Amino acid sequence: MATAVITPERENYLNQEYGIKSWLLTVDHKRIALLYLVSITFFFFIGGFFALLIRLELLTPAGDLVQADTYNKLFTMHGQVMIFFFLIPSIPAVLGNFLVPLMIGAKDLAFPRINLLSWYLYIIAGVLMLHCICTGGVDTGWTFYTPFSTAFSNTKVVEAGVAIFIAGFSSILTGLNFVVTIHRMRAPGMTWSRLPLFIWAHYATSIIQLLGTPVLAITLLLVVFERLFHLGIFDPTRGGDPLLFQHLFWFYSHPAVYIMILPAMAVESEVVACFTRKRIFGYHFVAMSSIAIAVFGFLVWAHHMFVAGISLYSALIFSALSYLVAVPSAIKVFNWTATMYKGSITFTTPMLYAFGFIGLFTMGGLTGLFLAALGIDVHVTDTYFIIAHFHYIMVGGAVMGYLGGLHFWWPKISGRMYPEWLGKFAALIVFLGFNLTFFPQFILGYMGMPRRYWQYPPEFQVLNVLSTAGSTILAVGYVLPMVYFLWSMRYGKIADDNPWGAAGLEWQTTSPPPTFNFDVPPVVTWEAYNYDQIPAPAEEVSVER
Amino acid sequence: MSDSPAALERHDQHRPHGPELLHHFSSAQQQRDAASLGMWLFLGTEIMFFGGMFLAYLIYRLWYFNEFAAGSRSLDITLGTVNTIVLICSSLTVALGVRAAQMGKRKLLVILLLLTLIFGLAFLGIKGVEWYAKYKEHHIPGASFDAGDLIRDYPQIHIDPAHAQIYFSLYFAMTGLHALHMIIGVGLFTYLLYHSMKGRYGPEYYTPIEMGGLYWHFVDVVWIYLFPLLYLIDRKPLG
Repeated sequence: MATAVITPERENYLNQEYGIKSWLLTVDHKRIALLYLVSITFFFFIGGFFALLIRLELLTPAGDLVQADTYNKLFTMHGQVMIFFFLIPSIPAVLGNFLVPLMIGAKDLAFPRINLLSWYLYIIAGVLMLHCICTGGVDTGWTFYTPFSTAFSNTKVVEAGVAIFIAGFSSILTGLNFVVTIHRMRAPGMTWSRLPLFIWAHYATSIIQLLGTPVLAITLLLVVFERLFHLGIFDPTRGGDPLLFQHLFWFYSHPAVYIMILPAMAVESEVVACFTRKRIFGYHFVAMSSIAIAVFGFLVWAHHMFVAGISLYSALIFSALSYLVAVPSAIKVFNWTATMYKGSITFTTPMLYAFGFIGLFTMGGLTGLFLAALGIDVHVTDTYFIIAHFHYIMVGGAVMGYLGGLHFWWPKISGRMYPEWLGKFAALIVFLGFNLTFFPQFILGYMGMPRRYWQYPPEFQVLNVLSTAGSTILAVGYVLPMVYFLWSMRYGKIADDNPWGAAGLEWQTTSPPPTFNFDVPPVVTWEAYNYDQIPAPAEEVSVER
Repeated sequence: MSDSPAALERHDQHRPHGPELLHHFSSAQQQRDAASLGMWLFLGTEIMFFGGMFLAYLIYRLWYFNEFAAGSRSLDITLGTVNTIVLICSSLTVALGVRAAQMGKRKLLVILLLLTLIFGLAFLGIKGVEWYAKYKEHHIPGASFDAGDLIRDYPQIHIDPAHAQIYFSLYFAMTGLHALHMIIGVGLFTYLLYHSMKGRYGPEYYTPIEMGGLYWHFVDVVWIYLFPLLYLIDRKPLG
């Protein structure tokens, strides 16, 4: 380590060029990943701000902090910002962008300029969304249900719809880039069965983005047309069918859940293998389960509509198909657990997030089975049980995966180590804060507290106070990593090329990598996760508190 | 200590020759394959995009067949047929253009691209005439929509004006988004024409012509579906 500090820094993608233009006009996938990192972090805190206001309102039973209308806008914009401007792009656009070419031994994504275009589309969409928020916002709920959104709401539905339409294009272009890159840009010897599971999961995610997002695009466009020109397509008083809207909307928005969770599973496989120092148990099953989730994900959308008036027979079929999604998800969870069995486990920060992910995702997934059962679903539809369920998947699953991945690859991204003890501390805070926030909501929902109301009967207050308290702890857990990541960029310890002793091509190049990723184009002659051939990391990293 | 010039040199050694090969591809073949797969995937997303409207069409046509049939009859079948032929001709000139580029016949390529553009603009012009006729007949959905003429013309079937408006909503949404794709195609082919006139495309490098052609054919195929679905719903004389 001493020599690394004395010698001048190698040229890498961060210091090869300077100035604002070198960033805004870059076509380097690693720099674009950082552009995304900054922008989605911004939107994450905007969405988080709305969440805190929601929790603050629910601290007391009376609707005393905001008006009912304002509350409707708060939960709508919390959902829209978090889903379309944070969760959907989070892992794919940041970690995927950075790592997909590195992991398969390519110099860049197949279409670097389209990659930059997708970031600009995201920014245009984001600016539009911010403008919409600042000039009045939307109150339809993130789902834009018709005919409320098309005929009754007096808020900026058109603007929000157009913003999400554009953000969708950004997402499509990222997915398209990944699929082409994975098919066409692999290094010699990098066969499909040697691909890291990170790549398999991103491949499955991209397929969903390609097939699902255009349907959301046309749905939102029809909502916008209907609102502007009063077409009547979704308006029951004029012969239109609101259920058609729901079918079209959920055809994208259910698979979108897998756009959020599959990349977190991608991170999970890499982290678990590295910190147990074993090959992933059942590699082919884990790889194929990603594809299976992508396929099944397109067959279950109507389980969001069990109480909307669809026929009992189609409800039965969608219920049965929804159970099917549990199979590939369980394959993943069991195989990660089996990988840990008799592994030599190191409790680093990314590994703590990985443990958190497995536990919370399992809870979120199992409560998903409750909801796939028609009887229970009818009982808890539109209650806090649903809220708790999908936050266990999206926050407990996707955000945990994102934070874990960010810690794991931070040495590669920045060339610096983050403070490990602070990382562990933050991971613990996030885990505790998360459970305190959302576990009481399961109970609240089961007791019958409905979602989307700004006031509630006094008997629900204790659990709501717990939840609000948890959300403030969670907020601390999210601010901490941002602070120490920024700190580490200047003051962090210089990172080795492979500080974790991890397998994978991305660790064989320098930290941070050069602009073209590899000084010598790699040739792959080994299977993924060949941990029996890789020395464990130097003591100073693994033992450090 | 900086070893990057050396690294860049090594990087350059791996770079086969040809001015059109981008730095991150190892061969022209790889670059062409990537572009081709990317374009096909993009067209796949386009199918899903139009698919949402085709689904809406399917449902409402089953529910409101009378109104759809009457609305369909009010379209000008002659102009619709002419437009279909115009588009098929443009697809032929595109296909021949790709061939011309592959064979290195640069002059022929320019002529064929020019013909394609003319066909494309002719299609848009005819479409505009048709839309204007609909505007005159108050068939554009919205406040001034009026299906009175349909009710008068077809007294033997029951026509609900709201349901007729759904037909025309889908007609304008589908042909409108198709026309938007045509306009993008015209822009694309203007770009290709400009670079063909400068002699950029030949047997070694014709990927943009091929990709532009794929897009053009796709937009064509969408019309091939739209024409029978919108114009030919029920043209037999009402009994």
